[in-house]
Amino acid sequence: MSRVKLIALDVLKPHLPDAVEFARQLAALGDDYQVELEVVEVDEHTQTTVITVRGEDLALARIEDKVKALGGSVHSIDRVIVTGNGDDN
Amino acid sequence: MPTLAELRQALHITGSTQIARRYFVTNGFDGSLAMLGLLIGFRSAGGAGVDIVIAACLGTAIALGASGVSSTYVSEQAERRRELDRLRRAMLKELDDSAHARAAQWAPILVALVSGLAPFLLALIIMLPLWLQSAADTPAPVLFDTAIGIAFMLIFLLGVFLGRVAGSHWLWSGLRTLAIALVTAGIILLVAPG
Repeated sequence: MSRVKLIALDVLKPHLPDAVEFARQLAALGDDYQVELEVVEVDEHTQTTVITVRGEDLALARIEDKVKALGGSVHSIDRVIVTGNGDDN
Repeated sequence: MPTLAELRQALHITGSTQIARRYFVTNGFDGSLAMLGLLIGFRSAGGAGVDIVIAACLGTAIALGASGVSSTYVSEQAERRRELDRLRRAMLKELDDSAHARAAQWAPILVALVSGLAPFLLALIIMLPLWLQSAADTPAPVLFDTAIGIAFMLIFLLGVFLGRVAGSHWLWSGLRTLAIALVTAGIILLVAPG
């Protein structure tokens, strides 16, 4: 099985929860999750952000569900790092 | 039923913590001042039994509590729905399963409870000496004066609380609200019969 080590998402989110709380709730999804959230644009009601999550084995569906639950919307997956274990050899 | 963490989040993402604090102070002030007015009125008129005063004060406390809960809930619910709709249009997506939709449902309830319970509970605290009268067998004027003293103290404490919120000096802020209560008491004494 391959494992996702890093994922960078383009996310549109409301102003609240703020960046710290948003990142904290995403980080709480896994013991070793490390979340970096960069606000790249601010509008009247929303913020465009790039959220980078690092971990040993990221659960993508749970991350996307959490983003939605916090009122955010995933526009695109901009970057991923995946490691394989040689199953196809 | 939401968890405590979800309720805290609902207050956070709707900005309702500040709103609840504002309702707590304004309605708590309303309740305390209303009790102060009733007690000074009864005290200066004389002749009213403690039971009558308790009934009048309790009725007023319940009415203030009910008014606080119902009016705040209706107005806050409308505000939260409007805000959710505005956010939905800005996000270009439905937010039905989001924390914002749940917050729009629960935040008005929490704020309404604060808004109603503040005047009700403060009024009950002011009335405590009147309730304890049978146990202590204290003369009615002393009971009234004690209750009036508690009302002044609570109004002072609300001012202290406001001072801490605003980051100004607590004593000055407390004295300011106390001065408002003293002026109110003076006006009541001027116009009250007896």
